[in-house]
Amino acid sequence: MNVVALVLQAGLRDLSRNRWIVAYALCFLAIAEGLFWFGGTGPQVLLSLLNLVLLVVPLVSLVFGTVHVYASREFVELLLAQPVPRRQLFAGLYLGLALPLAGAFVLGAGIPFVAHARDGATVGGVAALLCAGVGLSLAFSAIATWIALYTDDRLKGVGLALGAWLATTVVYDGLVLGASAAFGDYPLERPLLALMLTNPVDVARVLVITQLDVSALMGYTGALFQHTFGTPVGTGIAAAALLAWCVIPLGLAGHRFLRRDF
Amino acid sequence: MTRRTNCGLLALMVSVAAPARAADLTVGAGGQFASISAALAAARPGDRVIVRAGMYREQTLVIRTPRLTLEGQGWPVLDGQGEREVLVIAADDVTVRGLVAMNTGVSNLEDRAGIRARDVRGCVIEGNRLRDNLWGIYLQRSAGCVVRDNDIEAHGARQTESGNGIHLWYSSGARVERNHVRGHRDGIYFEFSPHGITRDNVSERSQRYGLHFMFSDSCRYEHNMFRDNNSGVAVMYSRGVVIAENRFERSWGSAAYGLLLKDIMGGAITNNTFLRNSTGLFVEGSSRLQVTGNVFTQNGWAAKVLADADENVFSGNEFSGNAFDVTTNSRSANSTFDGNWWDEYAGFDLNRDGVGDTSFHPVRLFALVVEQHPAALLLLRSPLVSILDAAERVLPVLTPEALVDHHPLMRPPR
Repeated sequence: MNVVALVLQAGLRDLSRNRWIVAYALCFLAIAEGLFWFGGTGPQVLLSLLNLVLLVVPLVSLVFGTVHVYASREFVELLLAQPVPRRQLFAGLYLGLALPLAGAFVLGAGIPFVAHARDGATVGGVAALLCAGVGLSLAFSAIATWIALYTDDRLKGVGLALGAWLATTVVYDGLVLGASAAFGDYPLERPLLALMLTNPVDVARVLVITQLDVSALMGYTGALFQHTFGTPVGTGIAAAALLAWCVIPLGLAGHRFLRRDF
Repeated sequence: MTRRTNCGLLALMVSVAAPARAADLTVGAGGQFASISAALAAARPGDRVIVRAGMYREQTLVIRTPRLTLEGQGWPVLDGQGEREVLVIAADDVTVRGLVAMNTGVSNLEDRAGIRARDVRGCVIEGNRLRDNLWGIYLQRSAGCVVRDNDIEAHGARQTESGNGIHLWYSSGARVERNHVRGHRDGIYFEFSPHGITRDNVSERSQRYGLHFMFSDSCRYEHNMFRDNNSGVAVMYSRGVVIAENRFERSWGSAAYGLLLKDIMGGAITNNTFLRNSTGLFVEGSSRLQVTGNVFTQNGWAAKVLADADENVFSGNEFSGNAFDVTTNSRSANSTFDGNWWDEYAGFDLNRDGVGDTSFHPVRLFALVVEQHPAALLLLRSPLVSILDAAERVLPVLTPEALVDHHPLMRPPR
């Protein structure tokens, strides 16, 4: 029997019984449905949800993820006593965290758009928002796993998670804004495009606004932006950047998981 | 009966009989004339020249007979063969309808038009089709003409090798109605042509402006549709202009505007819709405009109002789903925003009179930052930007303090 599947199964059962993940899904469902309910049209609901996704998905994935990995500690120690390959155990541990989070988000945020399909949200826009949310869930679950395995001190772990959230959602953009003001005399577009790729939250935001804010992106800077990220190649680059944000923390976490003494 | 009444009766009979003497001259299959030019040469004032279906390749046709009607039946085609103007109206009160005028070819030396009216009064150009002409319909120093129900299309490859769809030059009091213009340089163009009425036209896919007018005072533009024009619509150097119930859609680009106003004095911009433009309304150097009841939806910048525009009043407009509602280039604000509906307004209305109790600052800090540092646009919709905007709204430090809507509406006005 495949250990990945087993651990994943255990994780899924554990999490689906978990009230928090159900509340998370219901929360997105209520907000998206509520935005439609209060007279929003498809594009407006998408834009309102975008801000929520950029803030809430990383926060929940990081905090919930670190807490979950700490809570799974005894389960992991129990399994490690058995003849089980560590690599597969680790894969199951991560997928058991990331998949329910991503699934809860897709269900919660996606169902209202299917129900209100006639309200004019473009398929591209909804797909971009859902992909961005899933990408953020996967990436920040990986970062959370890494943080939880990096330090045994739970308080420190959750603190690091919150710090990572603040850094990626707000501080990083503040630095970019500062840089664009400080070096405003230089042609900054291309360096800034590169900077956007090195932050998962920015990558997710870029993926969505190239679909939504088309009219604002038709000026000179926006057009360059649109040409870079709005094309299939650009979308592929952005998706690859987001994937890198899953793979690299996961590699670091896995490296630690394989070597550490539980 | 006296001799006097006899004379009167005779005069009456003559005057009634005179129009009846107007003849129909038929050109083409089964008609009296083989060529249009022969029929035009034979026609007398008030006659009707009927052109049957067919292909007519003649020298440039010139109508010199007043009150003549030139009418096509079954869409006869007048072909310029790529080397000349097709039809010139050079007499008063001429009517031209039902013709297909095509293929004037491109010239850098002469302005070739499908149909040109030159130094005349009261011409009517209606229900014609114009295809692939350098200029479509050209009114030149012609007063009181009517251009309606024409379908005008061109496929010019470049701006420099293309003319305007409907072009008015020193032609006052014109009525331009229900025309459909596609693919010309400027769809509809007015220069030195005051007192015109432009209504119910569709102007789209122009290589430059859907509508372009300059030095044309007291004109009205109503119920027109301007969409997918390369640079939108530009109106300049005019007074007393009324622009009402038009739609300005999908003008995309760094120098594209739904409606660009430059040096317009004392006009009304009423009940128009601005949808999906890079910049919806751009106001420069214009004063005493009433901008009322317009809808700005899903534009990049709904309204850019520069500091050299003064005493303009924006009221009863609806702003929703725009990346930026209002931006300007200075801390001083010389235009007034009062009683508009803003989808970003988050205030409350305790006395339930439909007017928000707290005022709204439509200029976002981020809009000013982007104005000065365009590259910062990459942070659009970032949570950080929302936080900065919120902070700036509570305590304006950089945005124009005077640019405030003190009576924001709680519901869209329409």
